[in-house]
Amino acid sequence: MSRFGFPLWPRRAGSAQTAKDRLQILLAHERSGSAPDYLPQLQREILEVIARHVKVDREAIDIRMERGDELSSLEINIELPTAKR
Amino acid sequence: MKQQLKKDTHVSKVIVITSGKGGVGKTTSSAAIGAALAKRGHKTVVIDFDVGLRNLDMIMGCERRVVYDFINVIQGDAKLKQALIRDKRVDTLHVLPTSQTRDKDALTQEGVEAVLNELREEFDYIICDSPAGIERGAHMAMYFADEAIVVTNPEVSSVRDSDRVLGLLSSKTHRATQDGAEPIKAQVLITRYDKARIDKGEMMNVDDVLEILAVPLLGIVPESPAVLKASNVGVPVVLDDPSAAGQAYEDAVGRLLGEEIEIKVDGERRPGLLRRLFGRTA
Repeated sequence: MSRFGFPLWPRRAGSAQTAKDRLQILLAHERSGSAPDYLPQLQREILEVIARHVKVDREAIDIRMERGDELSSLEINIELPTAKR
Repeated sequence: MKQQLKKDTHVSKVIVITSGKGGVGKTTSSAAIGAALAKRGHKTVVIDFDVGLRNLDMIMGCERRVVYDFINVIQGDAKLKQALIRDKRVDTLHVLPTSQTRDKDALTQEGVEAVLNELREEFDYIICDSPAGIERGAHMAMYFADEAIVVTNPEVSSVRDSDRVLGLLSSKTHRATQDGAEPIKAQVLITRYDKARIDKGEMMNVDDVLEILAVPLLGIVPESPAVLKASNVGVPVVLDDPSAAGQAYEDAVGRLLGEEIEIKVDGERRPGLLRRLFGRTA
């Protein structure tokens, strides 16, 4: 509860506050429809673009995501084969 | 030497955690049992079968790291190893989250079988967290199981639903339909056990429940504030601060692995004087 723009009492230190914080972050992402349903498509498209220039193994891609309240990060690792001639 | 022993007898058991009724503690139990097995060094994966209502990720505290899910793997959009999330606390523990899609038909029997077979090659224990009900998700979670843990509260609707589920386990599963296959080994895990109310005769006791269900008892988990706290912070109760509930899960897992551990029926704590004077408040 807040009045005059600041909380009337300090944030609860208990686990309930942690639960609320976790839910707020998660639900903000889920409600905005930015749930990572687009990732399989994104993966295919990225691989297509790269495959135009380099020969890549379709399996050698690793995508990791870490969602936060301030920002989320998407980490895409693609193994490029060393050019052996 | 333990490692050697494990290698020689690669068990790879598929265990379904089911109940029929919702809210009895399936996901809490899946997370706790999975974590307790992993803590003992067994490579363990916990799979969420509740398509459309993902929650295991929250209980295990990996909700921010979900990229691909079970359905993506079944549909060939992702490799299994891309969808598996390795626990940050116990490195032998993994989570396979479910999808938030509303399309329940995405969970095909062939798809589930293929994923389980691939997991069997790598994991010692595959814990299937069943959704409530007896629809597709619940059916698929139990279909390929070797063992079942039926989570039951000492309460009429829960016991009735558990009985129904035990019937399905012995008739509508892979093991039940294969000629000559051993039936699924089913055991009951009684959760939210409230000793005070049982002592007062307000709640059925363990013998009452077992007499009705007629299957072995795996353990008794007391009603405990530690369970809600653990879910608030996203830590399986056996990885959180020591608690009676956490110990009860550890003991249950010991029994699951064949150890002889006496079943205790103590509550979290005896009610103090103030509690007794003013009655129980939540």
